[in-house]
Amino acid sequence: MANLQATTESKPVRALLIGLALIVLSLFLFLPLLAVFAEALRRGWEVFFASLTEDAARSAIKLTLLTAGIAVPLNTLFGLSAAWLVTKYRFKGRAFLISLIDLPFAVSPVIAGLVWIMIFGAKGWLPPSRMTELLAPLAALAAQAASNESIGGLFEGAAAWLADPKIVFAVPGIIIATVFVTFPFVARELIPLMESQGSDQEEAAVTLGAGGWRIFWRVTLPNIKWGLLYGVLLCNARAMGEFGAVSVVSGHIRGQTNTLPLHIEVLYNEYQFSAAFACATLLALLALLTLGLKSVVEQLSGPPQN
Amino acid sequence: MNPALITVLLATSILALTACKKTALPSAERQAAVSLLNVSYDPTREFYVDINEAFKKQWQAKHGGSIEIKQSHGGSGKQARSVIDGLEADVVTLALAGDIDVLHKEAGLLEKDWQSQLAYHSAPYTSTIVFGVRRGNPKGIKDWGDLVHPGVQVITPNPKTSGGARWNYLAAWAWAENFFSKDEAKVLEYMKNLFKNVPVLDTGARGSTSTFAQRKIGDVFLSWENEAYLIEKEFPGQTQVIYPSLSILAEPPVAVVAKNAKKHGTTALAQVYLQFLYTDEAQLLAGKHFYRPRNPQIAEKFLVQLPAIPMVTIDADFGSWGQAQKTHFDDGGTFDQIYSAK
Amino acid sequence: MSKRRIIPGFGLSMGFTITYLSLIILLPLAALFLNAAGVGWAEWRSILGSPRIIAAARLTFGLSAVAAAVSVVLGLLVTWVLVRYHFPGKKLLDSMVDLPFALPTAVAGITLTAIYGKTGWIGCHIASAAAWIKTTWQPTGWLGDQVNSWADFGAAYSPLGIFIALTFIGFPFVVRTLQPVMEDLGHEIEEAAATLGAGRWTVFLRVILPLLTPALITGFTLAFARAIGEYGSVIFISGNLPMKTEILPLLIISQLEQFNFKAAAVIASGMLVVSFLLLFIINLLQRRLDWQNR
Repeated sequence: MANLQATTESKPVRALLIGLALIVLSLFLFLPLLAVFAEALRRGWEVFFASLTEDAARSAIKLTLLTAGIAVPLNTLFGLSAAWLVTKYRFKGRAFLISLIDLPFAVSPVIAGLVWIMIFGAKGWLPPSRMTELLAPLAALAAQAASNESIGGLFEGAAAWLADPKIVFAVPGIIIATVFVTFPFVARELIPLMESQGSDQEEAAVTLGAGGWRIFWRVTLPNIKWGLLYGVLLCNARAMGEFGAVSVVSGHIRGQTNTLPLHIEVLYNEYQFSAAFACATLLALLALLTLGLKSVVEQLSGPPQN
Repeated sequence: MNPALITVLLATSILALTACKKTALPSAERQAAVSLLNVSYDPTREFYVDINEAFKKQWQAKHGGSIEIKQSHGGSGKQARSVIDGLEADVVTLALAGDIDVLHKEAGLLEKDWQSQLAYHSAPYTSTIVFGVRRGNPKGIKDWGDLVHPGVQVITPNPKTSGGARWNYLAAWAWAENFFSKDEAKVLEYMKNLFKNVPVLDTGARGSTSTFAQRKIGDVFLSWENEAYLIEKEFPGQTQVIYPSLSILAEPPVAVVAKNAKKHGTTALAQVYLQFLYTDEAQLLAGKHFYRPRNPQIAEKFLVQLPAIPMVTIDADFGSWGQAQKTHFDDGGTFDQIYSAK
Repeated sequence: MSKRRIIPGFGLSMGFTITYLSLIILLPLAALFLNAAGVGWAEWRSILGSPRIIAAARLTFGLSAVAAAVSVVLGLLVTWVLVRYHFPGKKLLDSMVDLPFALPTAVAGITLTAIYGKTGWIGCHIASAAAWIKTTWQPTGWLGDQVNSWADFGAAYSPLGIFIALTFIGFPFVVRTLQPVMEDLGHEIEEAAATLGAGRWTVFLRVILPLLTPALITGFTLAFARAIGEYGSVIFISGNLPMKTEILPLLIISQLEQFNFKAAAVIASGMLVVSFLLLFIINLLQRRLDWQNR
């Protein structure tokens, strides 16, 4: 009996804890979600769907997906590498490095956009005119490739961009600002997890003669897959929802450089509250969807260890 | 992690990268077509949607071929900042001359005398600052003096971050200067009391519009004339417009950003576009959106709705935008004094 | 030292991590600092020493710390329930935790203001409670000001509103950092402790909590760091009154609006240095704990 009591709580305590958690979650999460949906559907389903399929909304959705599609894989790679480095080895400046990884969290999104303008803006270090000069040889190459009949189509986009290499106030700026803001998520998720797991299993594998990649795929990755998944989901959610940093570098050109969050702001400012919240529900639904995916994956590959 | 999952991850990232190439294409094509980027401020959205439609029709009838006019809206100062930093606007249509002046001063994007290149100081329409109050005016607000009464809540955006708020501030200042016969101490005292009654300073004009109209905070809303009418339309039966005894003539100017237009080869189009704003058709549209048309005959048609009231002007009463900015809104200016000397 | 380097891959991971970090984080931040360095020491001091900046800094850092601490407590509770117990609707709750990430901050700000403002679902109760407190106890001073403001506007437009927004933003960080660690925590140690006769509360305090501490500290750090920089959701609910409810990021924006690039860079750099120091201290603390645990 003492045994049982010590590994789980008694029924009333359990109920109390669940109740408390429910209250917290509903005050902080459920009510806002409900408010968003209520606003979105105030003028009916028709308005709801119309506002999601209109041209500006569609281009915003596309741009958002593209941005996340590039930023998330990049930061996932970085997260794996950084977590490996920080948890498997002890070296000078380790705590310093971890703090550096956290830094983008503390950088106000506004600054995160601003720094890119300080580099690629018209008065920055690498203004568009300078970029054109620097990339001129590449541009010439790309133009040549693009004029080739058989494979030209593949290079057209690259050639056009290289001829007038815009970064800020264009799509590339939005992507790098998003990469900056979502930079730490995967690493930050993995570090405490790998820290708490220690390196014993990896060390054992080394003694058995396994190589680095093999250890990573066979030993480390299976152990951290849940943490990795959470990290990727967080990173993705944030990449899609980022507003402040993107707002600084986007230029707000309708149908061209407006991401979904920026489009929502535009709609809100046009007093199209229902349409604005309809697009917001889309982002909320994306979050729910990614988590749905998570549980599917969980079920396919067996539940977490305990 | 199983190999299938890895394949899926890899496939999605490759997909993302190729998607990048594909979307790069249409944007390149778009650049090849004749297009104009109009960088404007917040409250003009609805107005320029109509203007662009009308202009496109006219252009097509005259010259054939299609043109595209792209719009960008945001706070006036932020938009000016973006243009300086490389947002390649062909024309700017901002809230105040100061925000276009900096395009010359900070980046040399246009000539110093830009304001003399079009009629009426390059401001094809004007506006003024009015009060929005709750329907029936329960607090009996008639003029600026009523705003400092205890228990009256005033909504205005932050003059540090909003162009519209600067007009509000200067209008209040002009009235107080007139009322207290230029007794600077009393004027400052009035302003201090006025801002004591301000519970929220939103960062932009549209922000405080929703604070007042949607969130239902405050008794008086200091606002652009066109915004005040717009919320009457958007939130019917809840608010009404009150004209104070004295206000300020707001002249939102327009200009071709010469350097960018030259780069894009759109100088002629940009000029025609801005001149279009002075045509009867555009002036009527301005009136329809509650901007005051410059053309006197057309302005007369809207007199019932946009009555003539006594107004001060920036140049006559505050010297210039540069001067007004320095005395009132820069760090250490009168606005800072209001909040620091407590 | 050499024992720690048994595992291969040091060179590769070090190389990639440092290169990526330099390109994405260090280079842009260097641009920021160089911009700020242009103005000279005296001006740095006069900009950062102005009373408005100090008031805003106190508000920003103070409220961020409080919000992060509260997030840790709430996060621990929620994670515990989500990981340990089974009840209907658990999956749904689990997925909702990410909501603050997915909602664009501006939407979050507007929504929270609507809910916690005077006319909102929760704000109206806060307002009437505050009105009741006001008439019964008539508090004065700082608390009196707060209660007056609550009675007038609900939680919005006061430090309480900012606190709510920051907790909303920071709370998922704690849950998501804690969750994988807690899921990994087997029952074996607890069972062992229990067989040795420890009560549930003792097991929690002496066995479980220490194991969770690194993750809790990480969660706190993330929530704290995120709260310091938060802009979009706060400006809607804060009221932005100078000296009272004005946050640091807003001051940066207002400098930019005055075309005062340098001053904006100075405030941003100052903010960054302080945040970085705080992060660094917390990470050192965590490392020490870590060594103790080994």
